Amino acid sequence: MRFLVRRLGFLLVALWAALTVNFFIPRLMPGNPAEAMMATFRGHVNPAAMHALEVAFGVNTHESLPRQYIAYVGNTLTGHLGNSTSYSLLPVSTVIMKALPWSLGLVGITTILGFVLGTTIGAISAWRRGGALDSVLPPVFIVISAFPYFWIGLLAVWLFALTLNWFPLQFGYTETTVPALTWGFVGDVLDHAVLPAMTILITAIGGWILTMRNNMITVVAEDYVKMARAKGLKPRRILWQYAGRNALLPNLTGFAISLGFVISGAILVEYVFNYPGVGFMLLQSVQDQDYPLMQSLFLLITVAVLMAIFLSDIATAILDPRTRSSS
Amino acid sequence: MKVLGALGRVARRAINFLRRDKKAAVGAVIIFALALVAAFPSWFMPHDPTAEIYTPGAGLSLNHLLGTTSFGQDVFSQVIAGTRESFLIAMIVGALTTVISVVIGLSAAYSGGLVDDGLSLLTDVVLVIPTFPLIIVITAYVKNASFWMLIFVLVFTGWSYGARQLRVQALSLRNRDYLLAARARGESGFYVVFVELLPPMTSLIVANFLSSALYAVLAASGLQFVGLGNINDQSWGTMLYWAQNNEALATGLPLWALAPGVAIAILGSGLALLNYAFDEIANPALRPVRARRKVVAA
Repeated sequence: MRFLVRRLGFLLVALWAALTVNFFIPRLMPGNPAEAMMATFRGHVNPAAMHALEVAFGVNTHESLPRQYIAYVGNTLTGHLGNSTSYSLLPVSTVIMKALPWSLGLVGITTILGFVLGTTIGAISAWRRGGALDSVLPPVFIVISAFPYFWIGLLAVWLFALTLNWFPLQFGYTETTVPALTWGFVGDVLDHAVLPAMTILITAIGGWILTMRNNMITVVAEDYVKMARAKGLKPRRILWQYAGRNALLPNLTGFAISLGFVISGAILVEYVFNYPGVGFMLLQSVQDQDYPLMQSLFLLITVAVLMAIFLSDIATAILDPRTRSSS
Repeated sequence: MKVLGALGRVARRAINFLRRDKKAAVGAVIIFALALVAAFPSWFMPHDPTAEIYTPGAGLSLNHLLGTTSFGQDVFSQVIAGTRESFLIAMIVGALTTVISVVIGLSAAYSGGLVDDGLSLLTDVVLVIPTFPLIIVITAYVKNASFWMLIFVLVFTGWSYGARQLRVQALSLRNRDYLLAARARGESGFYVVFVELLPPMTSLIVANFLSSALYAVLAASGLQFVGLGNINDQSWGTMLYWAQNNEALATGLPLWALAPGVAIAILGSGLALLNYAFDEIANPALRPVRARRKVVAA
């Protein structure tokens, strides 16, 4: 339990750090670029919303920095994120909700799939040391990991969408159709998700395979694995219950660290496919100089990553009895 | 003379290492070749990379090895000209992040106590905040980030993973007998860190440099691809930006968009292959099993 409390404490510190970074970035930039943006708001939004924006970006305000900071933290925690300039001044939270399900579906599913598949393949490849899987996979994924994520996406667009015409070129669904819960629409969404999902999967899986393989190689040499073999346990049981379970622990920590990396790749993959998710929206907001939307998206992505890390901490606590001991 | 002798020994050891390890040898050859291209691009460039004077959208030919862009520029010359910036970003960011990682990781491990707690917390927080979105937000305010701005942002966000790794290794070395002996002799902290603690960590530090350099190449090209770098620079990332903005793929000019990506991947593979080799030095268990069997037989 102490382990989880400590990790929860860390989660809060990291959240606070992200909030604070978000607060200071626009203020540290030369000639606060948000000021030009604010001019477009004047007279279009109600005074309370205007004030919230001024607080968020430190424009036109005579309040001291600490008071601005407190007001900003209060606004953010209560979900008052401001209005989006590029989406006809709708509240940022409304705009984000349009993109969030797409990213959760695409990036969420592919990340979990990549982790499970990669870990399994890595474990098996280390178990059969020097086998076909073990000698082919590492060099292949070393080379793949050197390609920019978005470039794999460009290649997929060119090969499978433009040349072979197997899959649609872009967006989350056929833009002429109206989203509805019908089999036809669901099929259309899946059809559009195949290329971006494969791109993220191919680029993300290599890391999981290599780290799991390396952990596994170390663990397999441990005495308790030899002991299990000496006892005559079934190899499959040793592989998953003895070695795999322990090799997975550092991989879970690795999951936390690599998640930010996967998200970065996913942002660019969404951009390549014009996929209507959070990453594409982030880059759009940069182009439109929609700073309230941009900063809220940064916070949202950070919170999502931190939550996923906390979930992996809970998984670690379940898998590793040492973390549950009170000492 | 002494220095020359030491240099000679280092060179001989490096050559021996490359002979034994094929992955490292391929990686080293790639990096060396790209360094040559980056240093003397004019030796390899058949045309002026910026001149818009050739037939737009031409396919492969002996004159234009990778065809031309829709502006009528030579794609091959652009790839050659872009080598310098991408290569420099890799090396400079790799070196600077490694220095910061070493300083923070070793200070934390060597000092212990509150300093260690503080630095470790800072490292862990920087580690979990997703880097790329943060870089996007920062460069969005800067607009058309210059070369040095890109370097600054990448270093600022990229040091934490290495610092954490180095701290862990330094902690495991901290209480070894030879370090305790040095301290008991009354050596200064500076001496202990630089002469006793750093040398055994060399392979991890080099691995760190290589993975930071790889990260820098990929992140910088991603930023330039979405137009957050300086779009008038000559680099592989900006080539991709122009190719994407002029729909190179849809208008039948795939080489314009694919060639710079392959160039990035060649540099990246060189770094990754060397990195893999250094991993095997740092962790002998990872070395190919064939080699291990021989040792057992002997």
